Amino acid sequence: MGDLLNLDPNVVAKARQLAARASEPVIALAKAHTTVAVERATLRLAGITGADTAHRAGDVPWVNRVVDTIREHCGLEHGAVLPAFDALRRHDFANLTELAEATAAGQVQYKVPAGREAERAYKLARTAVGKGVRTVDRNRAQRDKLIARLGDPAQRPWIYLIVATGDIDEDVIQAGNAARAGADIIAVIRSTGQSLLDYVPEGATHHGFAGTYATQENFRIMRAALDEVSKEVGRYIRLTNYASGLCMPEIAVLGGLQRLDMMLNDSMYGILFRDINPIRTFVDQRFSRQVHARAGIIINTGEDNYLTTADAVDAAHTVTVSQLLNEHFAHEAGLPDSLLGLGHAFEINPDIPDSFRLELAHALLARELFPDAPLKWMPPTKHMTGDVFRGHLLDGFFNLAGVLTGQSILLVGMMTEAVVTPFLADRDLALANVRYVLGAAGNLREDFRPAPDGFIVKRAHQVLGEAVDLLERIVDDGLLNAIADGTFGLMKRPPTGGKGADGVIEKTAGYRNPAVDLLEEAR
Amino acid sequence: MSSSGSNSGKRHVRPYGDTTGDGMIQVSFTLPVPHGPRADGAALQLAGKMGMDPAMVVHSKPIGADFTFFVVYGSVKHIVDLDEVRVVEREYPLLSPSEVNATVKKELRRKLVVVGGCIGTDAHTVGIDAILNIKGFAGEKGLEYYRELRVVNLGAQVSVPELVKRSRAEKADAVLVSQVVTQRDAHIHNTQEMSAAFREAMGEKRPLLIAGGPRFDPLMAGELGVDRVFGRGTTPGEVASFLVHALRRKTGAGV
Repeated sequence: MGDLLNLDPNVVAKARQLAARASEPVIALAKAHTTVAVERATLRLAGITGADTAHRAGDVPWVNRVVDTIREHCGLEHGAVLPAFDALRRHDFANLTELAEATAAGQVQYKVPAGREAERAYKLARTAVGKGVRTVDRNRAQRDKLIARLGDPAQRPWIYLIVATGDIDEDVIQAGNAARAGADIIAVIRSTGQSLLDYVPEGATHHGFAGTYATQENFRIMRAALDEVSKEVGRYIRLTNYASGLCMPEIAVLGGLQRLDMMLNDSMYGILFRDINPIRTFVDQRFSRQVHARAGIIINTGEDNYLTTADAVDAAHTVTVSQLLNEHFAHEAGLPDSLLGLGHAFEINPDIPDSFRLELAHALLARELFPDAPLKWMPPTKHMTGDVFRGHLLDGFFNLAGVLTGQSILLVGMMTEAVVTPFLADRDLALANVRYVLGAAGNLREDFRPAPDGFIVKRAHQVLGEAVDLLERIVDDGLLNAIADGTFGLMKRPPTGGKGADGVIEKTAGYRNPAVDLLEEAR
Repeated sequence: MSSSGSNSGKRHVRPYGDTTGDGMIQVSFTLPVPHGPRADGAALQLAGKMGMDPAMVVHSKPIGADFTFFVVYGSVKHIVDLDEVRVVEREYPLLSPSEVNATVKKELRRKLVVVGGCIGTDAHTVGIDAILNIKGFAGEKGLEYYRELRVVNLGAQVSVPELVKRSRAEKADAVLVSQVVTQRDAHIHNTQEMSAAFREAMGEKRPLLIAGGPRFDPLMAGELGVDRVFGRGTTPGEVASFLVHALRRKTGAGV
């Protein structure tokens, strides 16, 4: 992308410095704490799978049984790994699943090992976790191989389409059809409510609400199906799912183990829109992003959501601020620019004058601030009224803004947004809309030169200026206070409140986690 | 309940294409039939059974190997009898925020407490936020903007017991729940569960119960066990006006 906005490099550098300073205290907090989800994710990397089907509360994953019991017996301040592998060694179990079964039967007493016992437990754990990490590495290599063989999509933006039937078998059929019809990326929407489950369901599932549960088995089924379709259509079809929620670290691990290609992972989304405890979110987010970095998974951030609750013009700069924060958190966790699917959206009220020019200004600002990031461009939802004809036109303008400003990933807008889940025909019409705009105007970018002192350029400068001002205030107040004050998406979230707060544990000096060690050593 | 609109003089109407009484409509649908003359014939048969006569298939396009998408124009023979139309019409005056505030202040002499949230697994707060958040919806400020209302927005995925507990603790005058997800009638079951819980916990002293969501039919209030149902396009002002009206009715003369 050229330099159409003539942004002042000093202002851009200042914005990044401020974002870094605003993030620092939160990163320090994230390093000083662990969570039940981080500990479970570590044991999942070490090979624990399956669920306790005999439990009265329904299928409880073994990993939850183990981590909960360790917490009861000796706390999690030292991590779950030392007590777990110490017990494994003392009882001479063959694997973690045997340990879990014995735990459920009440046969295991956990303790924090010390001295040589601790070293032995750590070594054992490191070997087990290392195996999981190698699986993640192999998946990454396999993806590279498949892309080399089958190829990437012929065009940018990549076309991102959603399936959401609730039944993984039905999803597979819809995903195959979507890929044949032109989709490059398939996202399987999760069942509503999963983000607030403090465990990851098990097995293939067929009864989700407005989406399909994210489970390791569902991931495997869909990836295998898309590998078949990829061969058929002659390009590598990417698979997206959602890491965000109370199980962010675990789902990130499962994504790495089953070769997902993209995952929704926002540094603040869970706090703002799911009322998850802020500290829990920042700890979980950091670990999950370290896993994504290892797995070569492109993260998708959720800035589009701010604009569905706040006004897309008044709050445009909060998107920029969040993108800068997401970028810094991601870099700190080891993600390179090429894996940063920073989000933004076409959500300005179409009834206000110059709404399209404003959209272009905002979209171009994101493009020029993050030239190497695969930006994710999200379609209108807030101003889709049920007038499907008007909605279809609006989606056309959204597509045009996407190609004109060089967006990287385009989530296909549906005219049935806010009406029903899209019909087969709606998806077909939506893809025809994208194809028309790509064909007719895909190269229009070459000719697109906003006037140097014109409306678009001025607006972009204004938004960047407002973003810098807001970042200054955040640095002064502290990011956690800014979140508590409702700075983002108008949601007020105090650091002590929110769901999952009781799953946050301060680490002691003796805390050990081979997953963190392996992920950080590699860098 | 009554008929309304500019055609109030006429009892019977048909769809208007470009001439009065032509009955012309346009529909689109997909059939699980491979594209071709047989598919077009199938589309015409469906249109005929829907009362379209004559019908024209103006567009048919394959979607994959097994499906065909159609756009059909035609004249329907059905006639609408406006006397048989049953809808919920607003039976209370629409008040401005200052009128709402003034009425509450004068008649209640304390703030009116509104507790709201999305119940069950529903995580879509767009609806409840549009009504409650100060930002509002369709150019109208939300209930948080009303000085004499105290709004407690519990957000997404509130369990019914939690909602009852909080409502009791906050001494709620009214409880607003929003439901967007409708898969397997979740919105209906959740709302019925909610109203039953309030009846059980508080009996006659329960707060005013209001359900809202794009797929609710305002005629369903009785079935859902709530005092009022608001459907698609409801604005904060309508809800605030209803609160004042309903509380006035509930407590006799004063609010």
